[in-house]
Amino acid sequence: MTYFLQQVLNALQLGSIYALIALGYTMVYGILTMINFAHGDLFMVGAFFCFIAATFLKLPFVPTLLLSMAGVALLGVTIERVAYKPLRQAPRVSAIITALGVGLFLENFTLVFSPYPQHVPTLIENKTWIIGGVAISSLQVIIILLALVLMILLDLIVRRTMVGMAMRAISWDKSIVPLMGVPVNLIISITFAIGTSLGAAAGTMYSLAFPVIDPYMGILVGWKAFISAVVGGIGNIRGAMIGGFILGAVEILVAAFLPSTYRDFVAFALLLVLLIFRPYGILGKPRPQKV
Amino acid sequence: MADKPLTSQPEKPPTLERLRAGWEKIASNRKALPIALVVGFLLSFAIPQFELVNPYVQLILMYIGINIILTISLNLVNGYMGEFSVGHAGFMAVGAYISALLTTRVFPLGSGAWLFPLAVIAGGVGAGLVGLVVAVPSFKTRGDYLAIVTLALNMIVKSVIENIEAIGGPRGIPGIDKLTTLPWTFFWTVLAVWVIRNFVYSNFGRGVLSIREDEIASDLMSVNTRQVKLLAFTISSFFAGIAGALFAHVLQFISPRVFDIIKSTDVLIMVYLGGIGSIAGSILGATIYTVLLEVLRPLGMWRMVFMPLVLVLLMIFRPRGIMGLREFRWFIPYRDLFASRLWRQKKEVPDASA
Repeated sequence: MTYFLQQVLNALQLGSIYALIALGYTMVYGILTMINFAHGDLFMVGAFFCFIAATFLKLPFVPTLLLSMAGVALLGVTIERVAYKPLRQAPRVSAIITALGVGLFLENFTLVFSPYPQHVPTLIENKTWIIGGVAISSLQVIIILLALVLMILLDLIVRRTMVGMAMRAISWDKSIVPLMGVPVNLIISITFAIGTSLGAAAGTMYSLAFPVIDPYMGILVGWKAFISAVVGGIGNIRGAMIGGFILGAVEILVAAFLPSTYRDFVAFALLLVLLIFRPYGILGKPRPQKV
Repeated sequence: MADKPLTSQPEKPPTLERLRAGWEKIASNRKALPIALVVGFLLSFAIPQFELVNPYVQLILMYIGINIILTISLNLVNGYMGEFSVGHAGFMAVGAYISALLTTRVFPLGSGAWLFPLAVIAGGVGAGLVGLVVAVPSFKTRGDYLAIVTLALNMIVKSVIENIEAIGGPRGIPGIDKLTTLPWTFFWTVLAVWVIRNFVYSNFGRGVLSIREDEIASDLMSVNTRQVKLLAFTISSFFAGIAGALFAHVLQFISPRVFDIIKSTDVLIMVYLGGIGSIAGSILGATIYTVLLEVLRPLGMWRMVFMPLVLVLLMIFRPRGIMGLREFRWFIPYRDLFASRLWRQKKEVPDASA
């Protein structure tokens, strides 16, 4: 039982990281109906910003996190303006391929400057409490709590503010909203800034929890976060959170009770089964199709 | 002053004009394709026989052939049928593993070269069967959700191979004989292009195009969408398996890592670089991508930074790729060409009377 509880705690930690990245995918999808395949690599850049801030600038945890989030948000907005904006009227797939290209660019650009995996220094002194046989580390608590705070904050922004209302409006109907005087470009930039900075926060946490980082770390984590977003119903913010936690739980629990090499296999097989029974994810709704 | 630009307009250089006329002659010649095929086939025999080019260039030529097979088979699903399959390397892995196991373990020693075509076909059939796994969910799920199904399949195939110790697990299969030759590559490439071109321009293949335009409408027009999807996915994955088998016997070593999502991304890039829904585009895309990667090799690490930039710029200035939805005349059946000519003439009639 304690073993199980211990794994649940690990699952929460991994799930909150997946959920944060999945939010970036789902927000961009909701507003542009475009899969931003560079998002996993922005997560990686976030981890590298954290590494730079911690190693060369010797900053403590909170400034590191903020710097990483701000830097990646700026990068995300720039990418949107330079690479995605000219393609808004183009076929949807061109934008997706552009995103793949941007992702490859980020990976290989980082690779040029950091050909070897880097080690991130510990920023948070790791204390471990044992409660009822379950070892809880301070790092885990901070990651889970921070992720929850960020998610609640995002939910409030989307549901309670003017910006959030504009975001929801654009994802509802893209053609009519600009006519109502909503500055669409600004809202899209804000969406990218928020989404990518959440990814950077996830990257920072990930690099603290698993301190060896390399330029290709974003690929697999990014795809998995994308899967979380789809499981929850892509375009749906609460769905992305649920999907992230589900994927984290499945991965950790499979690794805990089966040989760990089965992890990917079981996780993806479950995904296939889920998509057969709920083709639009857990919270997603099929859009009506007209002929 | 007003007519100065007219008079000073430079005439087109005659060489360019002559080149264009020559090109027009080649492009409109219906006999040029068979001639090119025969010449190509003879060359594919002659090049290794007489060492016309060095082995490195021969290797690149084989990679080009394999990439063309991959690109054109993915183009069938992504370009002609309008789905978004992102796990092509998974099918490739199945074909590569089946054929490599056959040639290294099953076939008697020394008979590899003779039985190699059998191994390749077996790899293709195996991959085609796995393709059914994607085709069945595609009846219900579509778009991004289907993309996830193909992605998951890619990961599952890789994970399953990693977990079977009997076929090498994560270490892979070393010591595969180099059985893929230039003539074989040429043969399979031509076969893949021929089959897919005929499929797309057949009556049945029109159903594939109609699914791209509107699935519900084509269902209402009594296109058997399930059957069409099943066949398209199976053909696509069959040829991916063939390409995988050829690839394994060029590389001489395969491991699950070779067939991960990065490989799938490569194929995707080649498809969209060349342009969706175009056979000439697939050939161009695969060739340009393969050659460019080799030509840029002196740049070292910066090569991989440069390539994505080219891709992004191409997408911004030419969102449909090089040949997107257009076709080179050689690959269009005569009746279609004739019909489009008639159509153009009809359109010109009102202009002439006005």
